[in-house]
Amino acid sequence: MELSGAEILWECLMREGVEVVFGIPGGANMPIYDAMLKYPVHHVLVRHEQGAAHMADGYARASGKVGVALATSGPGATNLVTGIATAMMDSSPVVFITGQVHAHLIGGDAFQETDVTGITLPITKHNYLVTRAEEIAQVVREAFYIARTGRPGPVLIDICKNAQIQKTEFVYPEKIELPGYKPPRTAPPSELKKAAQMIKESRRPVILAGHGLLISRAYREMQELSHRAHIPVAMTLLGIGSMPASDPHNLGMMGMHGEAYCNLAIQNADLLIALGMRFDDRVTGNLKTYAPHAKKIHVEIDPSEVHKNVVVDLPLFGDLKAVLTDLLPYVEEARHDEWFDQIEEWRAESDSRDIIYWPDDGKLYTAHVIRSIWEATQGKATLATGVGQHQMWAAQYYPFEEPYRFITSGGAGTMGFGVPAALGVWFTDKSRDVWVIDGDGSFQMTQAELSTIVQEGASVKIAIMNNHFLGMVRQWQEFFFESRYAATPLHGPDFVKIAEAHGIPAQRITKPEEVKDALQFANQTPGPVLLDFWVEKEEAVYPMVPAGADLHDMIRRPVREKSPA
Amino acid sequence: MQHTLIALVENKPGVLNRVASLFRRRNFNIESLNVGHTDRKDISRMTIVINSDEVDARKVEANLYKLVNVIDVQDVSTQPAVIRDLALIKVKAALDQRAEIANLASIFRGRIVDVAADSVIVEITGTEDKIESLIELLRPFGILEMVRTGQVAMLRGGYEPVRHTPGAGSNGHHPEEVLEFD
Repeated sequence: MELSGAEILWECLMREGVEVVFGIPGGANMPIYDAMLKYPVHHVLVRHEQGAAHMADGYARASGKVGVALATSGPGATNLVTGIATAMMDSSPVVFITGQVHAHLIGGDAFQETDVTGITLPITKHNYLVTRAEEIAQVVREAFYIARTGRPGPVLIDICKNAQIQKTEFVYPEKIELPGYKPPRTAPPSELKKAAQMIKESRRPVILAGHGLLISRAYREMQELSHRAHIPVAMTLLGIGSMPASDPHNLGMMGMHGEAYCNLAIQNADLLIALGMRFDDRVTGNLKTYAPHAKKIHVEIDPSEVHKNVVVDLPLFGDLKAVLTDLLPYVEEARHDEWFDQIEEWRAESDSRDIIYWPDDGKLYTAHVIRSIWEATQGKATLATGVGQHQMWAAQYYPFEEPYRFITSGGAGTMGFGVPAALGVWFTDKSRDVWVIDGDGSFQMTQAELSTIVQEGASVKIAIMNNHFLGMVRQWQEFFFESRYAATPLHGPDFVKIAEAHGIPAQRITKPEEVKDALQFANQTPGPVLLDFWVEKEEAVYPMVPAGADLHDMIRRPVREKSPA
Repeated sequence: MQHTLIALVENKPGVLNRVASLFRRRNFNIESLNVGHTDRKDISRMTIVINSDEVDARKVEANLYKLVNVIDVQDVSTQPAVIRDLALIKVKAALDQRAEIANLASIFRGRIVDVAADSVIVEITGTEDKIESLIELLRPFGILEMVRTGQVAMLRGGYEPVRHTPGAGSNGHHPEEVLEFD
């Protein structure tokens, strides 16, 4: 049967199971939009292409399915760039489909022509420029396969307008040939035995749980390893949820704003078992003094990540689920009670400084607001966040029992990620309790998507931790630039009025005693709600490992009297 | 130390750009890069020479594999290999100097491929050292222009190529397999 290139595109998307796409139409992708009307797919019209990228990314992170975002050529495609880089840094499977000018116009600076495959080459796992309709089926099939397999990542398909229009015989490729694409599968038994022996010999082991555990759906195997060999688990920001927060083996988050006892455990460990994490600088601090006594096992699917930052003693290449499944039979039961006692001591010391135990002093602290949201949602909400202080507080004070409930931009640190990502999450399951924890700075970067939320009738609850500052930069200025607040005070708009202008019910909260009622209001109001929490302006995230400092060299919150109650 | 890598890549538009972009963004310093055809129309061959320690050489290799269009990477640095570079050297040559230059060239198994009134072009093929030596001998005459291809390499017969990156070879790639999500 002869179909247009645009129709072939949708035929292929249907075969990939695509149900929802996010995007904006424009001159160079109109045939794609026109053909879309014939197919059972829901299109979400965004207000800026960055929003489409983050929505598709949020959708992918929360469901494991490939997200899809559409944009036209030129500015439409360049507006995706931040979102593509965000997906790339966090290994999120998203297929981006952009329109391109007619093939014969390429290179001639045609209207809305931009070298999109050139621009996105370093921020995609792979990309394609399609100039003929005959190529589309093969390319789409490859793109989805590459996006979701191995170490997942974004793939961009740039389709020339003539290829969208041209008619050709539609033949769905039965198989794809990618001679240069061979993600490793699992490690050989000899290596697995070595790992099991290292685990057996260790006295102070720590598991470093990364995003890979969620991507590979290997968190249960990791939990089994932790329980069987009695190993505490430190999580990266994106690894949060891989170990239930209530599990006694859980040490919470590691790194720059990680728990002090978690970082101390890493620094004093004699064995690190790194699972699907990449020793990012935010996690290690000074590499020269990082975990100096520890042997290191690194399980990774991407060989280029091994020995990149930290040279390890035993790399195990492969898919985490396969490697852990194959490793577990070699792992013996063990107890490390002394090690856990030591960590408990550190934990008690950390608790003595924790703001969550501070008595009510009439001030509204973000940590307390987030803990209240945790209570009001029974700890079962999915949170999408922006980037900054609120993000770190959300990671610290919303304990997650389940994976895929903390959706946040880690590697790229993209402000403005929260609102659009949350909408993407909502589309994975509309019964999901979806919250955005945002900052006033982050929120304003993609605030236009409020109207997308309204247009879609999405039930997304937005909580802005409004400190009238670009709070994280302000904190660095306080600590490292003698409190010279260059360009960090924000005179934001009235967010309640902005919400109401969109038809979104909203409240402002300025005192601790108002928090409970406001959260009840959010829970009881169907559809989207916005809450504008005016929190303490100059509060800092603790502990903090200054950039490049030793991981154990943390700026700590001063100890304060506990509540007499 | 000098590492010589051979990469087989799909012969598709933009592949050279992907490789070059990789070297730039990962901050890898390359000594030379040569690209050419193989016996197969759909596969091109790159010889990449880098001056780096072992760790960085492995990083280059692993990162090359990350490119979907890169099919195979071999490290021939520690193996017996034929490594050749070709240079064209235009040298200032008065009538009475021609014979001397031709003589020098022939010692190095080079040859004169062009003669003009006041210059000659010497063509030489060989290892980097050999070419460097000839260049130094020709320098006093006055080198007007020079071009080198960069090194090309091939493992000697009877030796197995060394591949350091896991995933290379048979381990992996199951095209029909789809990752299941529960």
